[in-house]
Amino acid sequence: MAKVTVITSGKGGVGKTTTSAAIGAGLALRGHKTVVIDFDVGLRNLDVVMGCERRVVYDLVNVVRGEATVRQALIKDKRIEDLYILPASQTRDKDALTIEGIGRTLDELKHMGFEHIVCDSPAGIEKGAQAAMYFADEAVVVTNPEVSSVRDSDRIIGMIDAKTQRALQNQEPVKCHLLITRYSPKRAQIGEMLKVEDVLELLGIPLLGVVPESPAVLTASNTGTPLVLLENTDAATAYLDVVKRFLGEQQPHRFIEAKKSGFFARLFGSDLATVG
Amino acid sequence: MGFFDLFRKRGSETAAQQAKDRLQIIVARERASNGEHVKSYLPKLQQELLEVMAKYEKLDLDQVSVNLDRKGDAEVLEINIVLPPEAKPRRSVRTGVTPTFQT
Repeated sequence: MAKVTVITSGKGGVGKTTTSAAIGAGLALRGHKTVVIDFDVGLRNLDVVMGCERRVVYDLVNVVRGEATVRQALIKDKRIEDLYILPASQTRDKDALTIEGIGRTLDELKHMGFEHIVCDSPAGIEKGAQAAMYFADEAVVVTNPEVSSVRDSDRIIGMIDAKTQRALQNQEPVKCHLLITRYSPKRAQIGEMLKVEDVLELLGIPLLGVVPESPAVLTASNTGTPLVLLENTDAATAYLDVVKRFLGEQQPHRFIEAKKSGFFARLFGSDLATVG
Repeated sequence: MGFFDLFRKRGSETAAQQAKDRLQIIVARERASNGEHVKSYLPKLQQELLEVMAKYEKLDLDQVSVNLDRKGDAEVLEINIVLPPEAKPRRSVRTGVTPTFQT
C-alpha cells in the first residue's frame, strides 16, 4: 500500500524542502520506491535542492491539468535508485491545482508502484498548503524551536485535523509527527532556546526526530546533493534516524542533549560567541 | 554553565521560559478561536457590545475588540472600544474596561 506523507509547517523557511528531500532520499536509500512532489507552485525549489533543475521539462501543473503524463514529468534521481521528483511549475500560480486533478495524479503514481509519495507543502495555510495535505495519510510537521514557528505549526495541526480527506470523510485521522529542525542543544540548555520537551508539550504530537543546526544543510543545497548522502555529518545522521523511525524501527533520539564539554570549555562557557 | 554565566542576570526568567509562557497563551487562544474548547461567547459578546454602542456612537466593526488573556491564575477579559474622533473631537480615544475574574 502506497503511503502519502505531507511535509508541512505553516511558516516558511523552517526546512520543509530540506526535509522532503532528505526523507525522500532516505526512504529510497532503504529500497522503497519514492517520489517527492513539490507543491510550491510558482516558487519551486525542490528541483534545485535535489540538483535536477536543468532536467525539468514538465511539471505538476501540466500533469494535474492533463497536459503531460506523470511519466513525462517524473525526474529520476541520478545518484539514488528508486528516487523520483515531480517538480512544481515556476510560472503558474497555486490556483492551477485542483483537488480532483491531484487525486488522479496520486492514484496514477500508486499504480506505478510507488511505495512512498512525499508531498513538499508550500508555506502558509492557503490553497496550496491545503492541496498538499488533502490526501495525506501521515504528516510531518517541521518546526523550529522558536515562537512564530511553533504557533504556525499549531495552526497547521488544526488544519490537518479538520481539512484533509481523512478528516472530512471520518476516516482514521492523519498520523502527525513532529520534526524539530535547527535545534541547538547548547542554547536550549542555557535557556536561550525552547527545549524539545517544551515544543512537544505545546504541540502535543509525537516526536519523529530532532535535526541539529548544521552547516551540512547549506552544503547540500549549494551543491544539489541529497543531504543524507553527506556521510558523517550530524544532519545526515539525524535524517537517517528520522527515516528509520518513520519506517517503524526503534531508534533512540539523538542531538537533544548538549555534548559534555571539557574542563576549559566549562570554565569559560562552552560557546563564547553567545556569552553576554 | 560557564564561568561567564555567573554574571548573567539572576532571578529573571530565561528567554526560552518567556517564549514558552507566551506560546501557551497564544496557542490556547487560537485553538479556542478555531472552535475547540472555548470561551465561545466572545464573538457574540463583541457583536452585541457593538450593537449597544452603535445606539450611542457611530462605530464600525473594527472599533471594538474583545480579548481574553491569562495572568497567572486569573483570566483577564479586556474590552477596548475606540470612539470615533469626529463624534467627540477632543476626547481621548480609548475606553478600557478590564474586569478581572478568577476561573
